[in-house]
Amino acid sequence: MTGPASTLERPRRTPDLPIGPGGPSVATGDGGAAGQAPVGAALIAAWLLVAAITLLFAAFTATLLARRAEADWRGGPLPAVLWASTAVLLLSSGAMEWARAGGRRGRRDRLWAGLLLTLVLGVVFVGLQWTAWRQLVRIGVYMSTNPHSAFFYLLTGAHAVHVAGGLGWLAQALARTRRAASAAAAMAAVDPAAVYWHFLDVLWLYLFTILFAL
Amino acid sequence: MTVTHEAHPGHRQSFLTRYIFSQDHKIIGLQYLFTSLFMAVVGGFLAMLIRMQLGFPTAKFYWAQWLFPGGFANNQIKPDFYLAVVTMHGTIMIFFVLTTALSGGFGNFLIPLQIGARDMAFPFMNMLSYWLYPPAIVVLLLSFFVSGGAPNAGWTSYPPLSALPNAAPGSGLGQTLWLISLAILIVAFLFGSLNYITTILQLRARGMSLLRMPLTIWGLLFTAILMLLSFPVLFAAAIMLLFDRLGGTSFFVPAGLVVGNTVIQHAGGSPLLWQHLFWFLGHPEVYVLILPPMGIVSEVLATHARKPIFGYPFMVGSMAAISFLSFVVWGHHMFVSGMHPLVGMAFMTTTLAIAIPSAVKTFNWLATLWRARIRFTTAMMFAIGFISLFVTGGLTGIFLGSPAIDIYVHDTYFVVAHFHFVMASAALFGIFAGTYHWFPKMFGRFMNERLGKWHFWLTFIGIYLTFFPMHFAGIAGMMRRIFSTGLYAHLQGLAWVNIFISLAAFMLGAAQLLFIWNLFASLVRGQRAPANPWGATTLEWQTSSPPPHGNFPGALPEVHRWPYDYSVPGAPEDFIPQTVPVTAVPAPVHGGSGEGPPGGKGQ
Ligand code: HEM
Ligand SMILES: [Cu+2]
Repeated sequence: MTGPASTLERPRRTPDLPIGPGGPSVATGDGGAAGQAPVGAALIAAWLLVAAITLLFAAFTATLLARRAEADWRGGPLPAVLWASTAVLLLSSGAMEWARAGGRRGRRDRLWAGLLLTLVLGVVFVGLQWTAWRQLVRIGVYMSTNPHSAFFYLLTGAHAVHVAGGLGWLAQALARTRRAASAAAAMAAVDPAAVYWHFLDVLWLYLFTILFAL
Repeated sequence: MTVTHEAHPGHRQSFLTRYIFSQDHKIIGLQYLFTSLFMAVVGGFLAMLIRMQLGFPTAKFYWAQWLFPGGFANNQIKPDFYLAVVTMHGTIMIFFVLTTALSGGFGNFLIPLQIGARDMAFPFMNMLSYWLYPPAIVVLLLSFFVSGGAPNAGWTSYPPLSALPNAAPGSGLGQTLWLISLAILIVAFLFGSLNYITTILQLRARGMSLLRMPLTIWGLLFTAILMLLSFPVLFAAAIMLLFDRLGGTSFFVPAGLVVGNTVIQHAGGSPLLWQHLFWFLGHPEVYVLILPPMGIVSEVLATHARKPIFGYPFMVGSMAAISFLSFVVWGHHMFVSGMHPLVGMAFMTTTLAIAIPSAVKTFNWLATLWRARIRFTTAMMFAIGFISLFVTGGLTGIFLGSPAIDIYVHDTYFVVAHFHFVMASAALFGIFAGTYHWFPKMFGRFMNERLGKWHFWLTFIGIYLTFFPMHFAGIAGMMRRIFSTGLYAHLQGLAWVNIFISLAAFMLGAAQLLFIWNLFASLVRGQRAPANPWGATTLEWQTSSPPPHGNFPGALPEVHRWPYDYSVPGAPEDFIPQTVPVTAVPAPVHGGSGEGPPGGKGQ
């Protein structure tokens, strides 16, 4: 050994983290000093939120799978309007991607218009879900009518609540797009919202399948 | 998402934004800690009621009847009120004291400070997280005052007792409030854990690589992941149970139940489903309560033993293993639910596997203490006490993990003893160790060490006297939640054991008053503490006590070494802060020939 040991830290085989900005998982270390979290923070939070909501619906649907194995399980009526709402939600995801493609090319106007379209389609989706619930109520299918209807209202309702949250998020991204200095800056606010929005879309396809196709 | 945090130290804040609706993680952490302390007093008081009844079932308690006119009759506790007290005690202690103090309190206070950030990634969300907690408390405690009283289905709220509003007095509005209260609190936890994970991943100071994080941060990180992935499941279960109660659905209620001489309307649900969902949360939740103390204790041990923590990578790895395994063992709470023996075997295997990383940690702690120059501060004594309690409780866990034994002692006081050692006592010791250790950082003053030592010994002895005899009561057949030993012939011989336990519990409870006194007295007239009173290496000790708004005056610190450089040979002092550059021997940066020998030496 040469000279006094200056640390008891195990030398690492992989190179140590470079001191300074850059590098893969590097901490920016400015802890919001600039008044703004680093770009990645909101994106990470969006993915974490997606993970948590996935577990929520995993719990719901695990219960559904256990319940449908019982002898008294009967499928329920499928309100046709759900096909329309499914299409609208898919379209909204498309609009979101169209907006982001524009944003990546620096076109803030298209980003803005596309987000607005996403938002409007999202509102339409909630409206159509509402119609579906009203139709079912009209033919006398309530939450407590049978096991299928219980899960139907539970899952579509819980999904709609999350869509409502997503609408708020979209509105916030829209406002940020308006105020942002450039399209690239706006994308920092749009990307996390997009993760969440596409997740809601996939979630709906999953719920639709598990409620009616299985 | 905008971060509304203001980092300029000169920024003017009103009293309201500074101490009440604060977005400063340090204030939020203290708010969580003090609110948890309040709830600990409530929960502790309920524990005293339980011990009063079990120790002295025939005594008359006039003051208690005055306090809870609905719960007492003829100055004696009513059986259903006893169950409500047990339920509320468990709920409060697990969700409203230990979880909130460890994750909300220490998590908030320590994460930005120890990783070298100015605040959390989302300070506004952080504030919301705290401000959901008091409403959850109000809703929960309100249940004492509604018709039917507080819920009495246990902290696990098994249906159908918890699903049918007329199943028992507490199954009415009280149970509904319980569910709503938990739902609110779960949202608070969600906001918290989102924030913790993002902050740890994104806002570490320069040079703070993952494997240079203090073990406390690792414990809190794994805890946040567990919370993020397990609490949504309880949330889902709570919503379905609410629908069963209010919406006439039958998720958890089977057909053909007769309540009050009428057949209920529900059909086809399964109460077992609730148990699966509950324990899918419930088991990770117990690790949510032990991983942060594991981190805290590692840190306190290293600091006050003036030695590097032994086997740092193994400490991290064992926490990872424990976190992963904690998701696949929930069935060990359900061995008597009629599960297939093969499934029971599978759950036994995963359960016993947890003993391996747990043992790794224990031996590493002991190795850290081995031939150390220990400073017996109060924080250190609580940390060492933690190891003892964790081993005692962990060993009975291994017994319970095998179905052949568990079927015999399930839902007896043996289980009560197990989880009070490992969860209540060990986690509480983690909180105490952390409080005595970081109090100087929080308030710039020391807690009184003399009182602290009294507190330690009375608590440590009190815990063993209180909870150890419960093993024997359990093996002798005393069921948990039973209202009196007088009810069954085979329990009557246990009356004196319960008197003994109750007396010990009263002493244990009284000892905590010492702590509360010490805490508040030290706030105003504790001895002034310097910035780094323990000679510690981590970043929070390299700023003033208490740290200013924004944590580090001037530039943020840069990290050059791991957090456990204690007693480095040749160093001028017996600790080297993480901010000190490695000069004598170049740090093994960028590969090169940096495979120098200094590493492993102190281990
Ligand atoms: C070596 C590790 C452990 C093993 C093998 C283990 C095993 C078990 C088993 C099998 C049970 C079910 C007993 C029954 O209900 O019949 C149980 C209950 C329990 N354990 Fe552990 N445990 C361990 C560590 C822990 C830790 C670290 C905590 C908390 C910090 C904890 C908290 C609990 C609680 C709260 C219960 C009771 C839940 C209830 O029924 O209300 N355990 N444990
Ligand atoms: Cu468990």
